This record gives sequence, C-alpha cells and structure tokens, in this order.
Amino acid sequence: MNKKQSGLLEEAKKSVLLMPSVLLLLVFFVAPILLTVYYSFTNLALSGENARQLKFIGLSNYFTMFKDRTVRISIANTLVFLLGSLIGQQVLGFIIALNMRNKNRVFRGIVGPVFLAGWIMPEVVVALCCSTFFGDSGTLNQIFSFFHLPQVEFLFAVPMLTVILANIWHGTAFSMMNFQSALDGVPADIEEAARVDGAGPFQTMIRIVLPCIKNTIATNTMLNTLSTLGVFGLIYMMTGGGPGTKTLTLPIFMYRQAFISQQLGYGTAISMILLVIGIVLSVFYTRIMRND
Amino acid sequence: MKKMKRIQAAALASVMALSLTACQGAGGKSETQGGSTAAATQKETEKPAGQTTAAAGKTKISITFRNDGSDVLKKWFEHAYETYDKKDSIELDIAPITASEGDYFAKVALALQSADTAPDIVCEDTFQLPSDVAAGYLTNLSSYLKDYKEWNDGTFYGALVDGVTYDDGSVYGIPYSTDTRGLWYNKDVFAAAGLDTNWQPKTWQDVLDTCKVIKEKCPDVVPFWCNSGVATGEATSMQTYEMLLYGTGEQLLDNNKWIVKSDNILKSLNFISTIYKDGYGPSLSKVLNGEAGNIASREYLPKGKLAITLDGYWMTGNYKETGAAPWPEYKDKLGIAAMPTSEGQAPGSVTMSGGWALSIPNLSDQKDAAMDFIKHCMSYDVYLDTIIAQGNIATRTDIAKDVSYSSQPFMETCTGFLSGAFYRPRNSQYTTVTTHIQTMVESVVSGTSPEDAMAQYKSDVTNSVGAENVVEK
Repeated sequence: MNKKQSGLLEEAKKSVLLMPSVLLLLVFFVAPILLTVYYSFTNLALSGENARQLKFIGLSNYFTMFKDRTVRISIANTLVFLLGSLIGQQVLGFIIALNMRNKNRVFRGIVGPVFLAGWIMPEVVVALCCSTFFGDSGTLNQIFSFFHLPQVEFLFAVPMLTVILANIWHGTAFSMMNFQSALDGVPADIEEAARVDGAGPFQTMIRIVLPCIKNTIATNTMLNTLSTLGVFGLIYMMTGGGPGTKTLTLPIFMYRQAFISQQLGYGTAISMILLVIGIVLSVFYTRIMRND
Repeated sequence: MKKMKRIQAAALASVMALSLTACQGAGGKSETQGGSTAAATQKETEKPAGQTTAAAGKTKISITFRNDGSDVLKKWFEHAYETYDKKDSIELDIAPITASEGDYFAKVALALQSADTAPDIVCEDTFQLPSDVAAGYLTNLSSYLKDYKEWNDGTFYGALVDGVTYDDGSVYGIPYSTDTRGLWYNKDVFAAAGLDTNWQPKTWQDVLDTCKVIKEKCPDVVPFWCNSGVATGEATSMQTYEMLLYGTGEQLLDNNKWIVKSDNILKSLNFISTIYKDGYGPSLSKVLNGEAGNIASREYLPKGKLAITLDGYWMTGNYKETGAAPWPEYKDKLGIAAMPTSEGQAPGSVTMSGGWALSIPNLSDQKDAAMDFIKHCMSYDVYLDTIIAQGNIATRTDIAKDVSYSSQPFMETCTGFLSGAFYRPRNSQYTTVTTHIQTMVESVVSGTSPEDAMAQYKSDVTNSVGAENVVEK
C-alpha cells in the first residue's frame, strides 16, 4: 500500500465518521431552513380556509411586507435594540474586563461570578428579575422614592431603553469573558515597550491594546449581533412588544403575525428579513476581520 | 491557507445567521401541514371508535378549555363526570390550557392539527369557530344532533344556534354560555363623589362628565376602566372597541368589506384617548397587563379603588361564594348601566354579545362518547349549577325560567340587554382583524394619536385580508 492509497483510505474513514453529524445537520438544520423559505412563499395559516389548502402564492407575502407599516416600525425597533445592546454590552464588558485585568485571583474570583450570574440565568428569570426591578413599585422606584425622586413607569415611559438595559445586564458577562481572555493574550512586553517610548495609558490603549484584540472585538460583535437579533422571550415577557408598537422587534412581530393573527406564511416571510439582516451584518463583520 | 480560513469564517457566519430563522421560523410548523391531514383520514377510516382505551379498559375522553385562574369550568366537568351514568366505562381527562386568550387560540389551533394532541372536546369562543371550521378542525355535529331532543325542540336560543352554525348550514358546537356587556359601577364610590347611585348615562359625554366628577371628588379612585391592551386579547376588541364602534351606529363590516377608515372609528378612538389623556383610566402597567380584566373586577372594583368598569355580566361570577373574589354585598354595592350610544341616538344603548361553545375536534377518536358527554354536561341540573357559578347567561330557555337562575342579582337587566344585542361578524377573517384592533387600541392608550393608530389599522387590515376586502367611509 503506497502513501497515496493510505491517504485516500484515511479520507474515506473521516467521511464515514462524519456522516452521522452531516445527516443530523441536514435533517434538523438545513431541511427546516429550506422549509421555512418555502413556507414564506405560501399562504400557510394556523386556522381559516388557508389552513386547509396550502397554496403557493409566489412573492405576495413579500409584496405585502413592503407595504406594511408595522414591518418598517419593527425593523427600526430591531436595529435600535441591536445597536443599544451591542454598544452597552461591549463597552461595559470591555471596561469590566479591563478593570479586572492584573487584579489578584481572589478579586477576580468574586467579581467575575457576580457578572456571570446575569448571563447564566435563563431568559425567563432575567425577564422576571428585570420586570420586578423596573416595575411600578419595583426596586428602582423604591430607590428613587428614598431619594425623593419622581416615580417612573419604566416599562411604559421608556420601554425600549428598559428592555435594552435588561438585555445588557443579561449579555454583558459574555463580552466580558471574551475580552478577558483576549486581554490576557496581549503581550505585556509590547505594552511595556510603548510605555518606555512615552505612550500614556490612553495611547497604549488605542494604539496597542485595541489593535491586538481587534479580531476578538469583531467576533464578539458578530456573536452578540446574532444572539441579539433573535431575542424573543426577554422582550415578550417584559413588554409583549408594547406598549403599542414601541418595543415591537422583528421576532415579536413575527410571532404575533404567525400565532396570534394566525398567518404562519406571512410570519415566515418576516423571519426572512431577520435572516437577511443577520447575513448582511455577518458578512460585514467577516470583511472587517479580513482586513488585517 | 489564509483564503481557506476566510471561507471558513464566512461559512460559519452564515450558518449562525441561518440558525436565527431555523429556530424561530420553522419550530412549530414543520409538522403541522400535510402530515395531519393524512393522519386524519387514517383515523377516520381505519380506527373504530373506542379503540383508544385507558389502562383500566375504559374509554378515555379528554377535554380542553382555558384556565383563567378560576376553576368553574373544571368543576363543571368534574361534577358532570361524577353524575355521569357511564362513569364506569369512561375516563375523563381534564386538560386545561393555562395561557392568555390570544395564546389559547393558537395553542388550540396547533393541538387540533395532530391526532396525537387533539382533545375530544374543546371549548371554542364563537368568534374563533368559523375560522376553525374553515380550517377543517372541527366535527360537523349535524348527524349527532338528530336524536338530541333539547336541540330540536327549541330549548336553545335561536340566535345562539345561529352563532354556532357555519355558512354550510351545519352546526359545529353546542353553545354553553352567552353574555352581555355594560357599565358596572361601585355605588359607594358614587355616593362619596356625591353622584346619584342610580346611574344611567345617556351619551358618551355623560360618562366622561361622571369620570370628571369622580376624579375631582375622589382623587384616589380610578374613575374608568376598560380592557385596552394587546395582552387582554379579545376582551379589548369586544368589550371596549366594538362596544364603542357599534354605539356610533357603525359596524366592523359593511357589505362584507372591512371598514378601515371612518369618522366613527376615529370617534371611538378619541373616546379611549380622552379617558387616558384626562387621567380617568388606570395606570398602563395595570391595564396593558394580561390580567387587567381580573385586576379590575376582582381587586379594584370591590375595594372601591375603581368607580366604573366596562365589562361583561360574567364579572359577577367572581363575587359569588364560589367565585374567585367573594363579595357578599355585591348585590347592593354594585350597579349596572347600559352602555349609551355615542350621542344618545336610537336605540339609546348598545351591547355586544358573544359566548362559548363545546366542539368536537375533527381528529378526535372518541366522537360518539364525546357527544354523549357534552349532552350530559348540558343536561338541566348539571348545566344549571355551572351557569350560575360561571355567572354567564344561559343558552337554554328552560334554564332562564328557573328561579334559582333568574333570581340572581342583575340577571334580569343583563338578559334584557340581549334583545337587540350585536354579534361579532361571522367571518373567518375576524380572528386576524381582531388582533389589529387590539394593537390599534393599545397604541392609542399609550399615546399614539387616533389618526395614526387608524392609519396603522388600515395598513394592517388591508395587508391581512387584501385590498379587495376593505372599504373607507
């Protein structure tokens, strides 16, 4: 048996061993996605005449979507929610990671888990905690009244800000961990050299540390983008997309159209917008990563 | 090598993006179509009734309804089972769904699509019935009704029989409750505000004037409550918006086309807007909550923290000994006034009427047993107990004559409202349109101008039902 043959055998072995996972991916991942795409071209409904006869209706769900005011509102809301969450989670996560750097292990061991608590909690619990925190007679309003500040109905007066804050609290720890490991990887001697050359802490940060962890920032942004785009439970439980349409993001709108208004086909078409936004942003981030 | 990495990164990114839709889009629906219809025919042709048997060799029938926090329906079915003469051969599986109203209909629609999850008896709101019939989810009961004596001798009210009869002339449910709506008010609060405790407003302005007095005289009391949010679902559409709209003389449909823009829609929204702008309404956190109706009727009104609430007769079910919030003096402390028309025009007052029915899903494998049990649930004695406990208006004319039923406080007045009551459109698109109504009302309540909210409604309804099915006035 020559070398080439054994290489081929090796390849074949690998392929066979990979088969189960490929098959699982195809059945439980690719097939549902293709089905979703297909359903977005149909009149699929939960009830009514359309539920009895599934019909291919071409692009008409998409035409409807372009005329739909609520779609525009929810796209705008989704982007606001995304931007707010991204900035909040990353800036806060970075600051925390930076401050924990070079601290002793006991300090890190205590502070780290405190932030992690928000992240490991299931969405339901986070929603519940934040609802009681921001509620009418919730913790924050209790604190306000202690300092004789006016009471605010956070979930109704500033609903978008409230859900963004809740999501930041939930997601910051993830960014913190990513940045922590990235910062640990920044060689101390480069920083040392910069300092010797007369760079201040701010300059060291901008010129040395940030470029070193650029890739982590991009990856982290992408992961956060994709997980934030999909946030449903948190908003649904805190505000239900309301009041009115003030926190109606695409996932909530999709759910309402599909299950409350019972138009599954249209709901599926809306999910395609989410897909497009996700792909566009991901490609954008990967391009940034490439330019090094 | 570097290029390879880029491709990997791009592939990874798109896979992650794709997963967004995979999780949300397809989750619930991949199994809902096609497969279920196949299962349906199989069930009907191959499986003789009575094949599904419980462990003890009994026939098992399951029954699904919405658990709204009170257990009157559960007690009804339990009581019916205890007094059932076929108890030895039938096992009852009580399977309530705990959900908000909107989610209940979605869950039921999903459950009815698969033979594995379809119950044998399901409680259907009569507005959802045409839509579920059109989808083929429910059994045509006509053949089962041939030997149902009470059904054929006019014991059930004609208008309610119409409500469960589909366009094809067949019956798809047995109505078990109906209702009327009006303005309930706490007489103690009215007395404290120096108002006449025998109140009957003539116009919407009268209602607002009364609210104003209450707000001035009793600043701690919420003057007016009506269901106003998406979370309260159908209650917002029917108890609030439609009570107002039909009071202007307009209806939802005109010649089978949905009215999406009119002065009367605006007038109705302006009334709601005034209530909240002038501070007559409750705080948004209370009213945009899924529990809003219960907070008002079980907590605020009996405790004198609320003066007037626009709600249905069933509300009084809460105050009975068996209810969720017993209030022994409710007979004297509570008042009911008919909801006036907008300017007091004829007929002077307005009410919407709805109700619920017991239906048999198409995929039930125990239709005969289920129908028999429904008949028992609706038999005189069993039904009399529950309709009093529910605090609803009976669907059987003979029950209406029973003293223990008719002597209930407010029963006479509320049954009186029934003549001339309006019913929701029997149109399978209503289930979709009603959700847009709820969004419109919630928008107004949370500060959107009535004009903008109506424009939103127009866009939503036009998109859902098609431009050919809407009209402007």
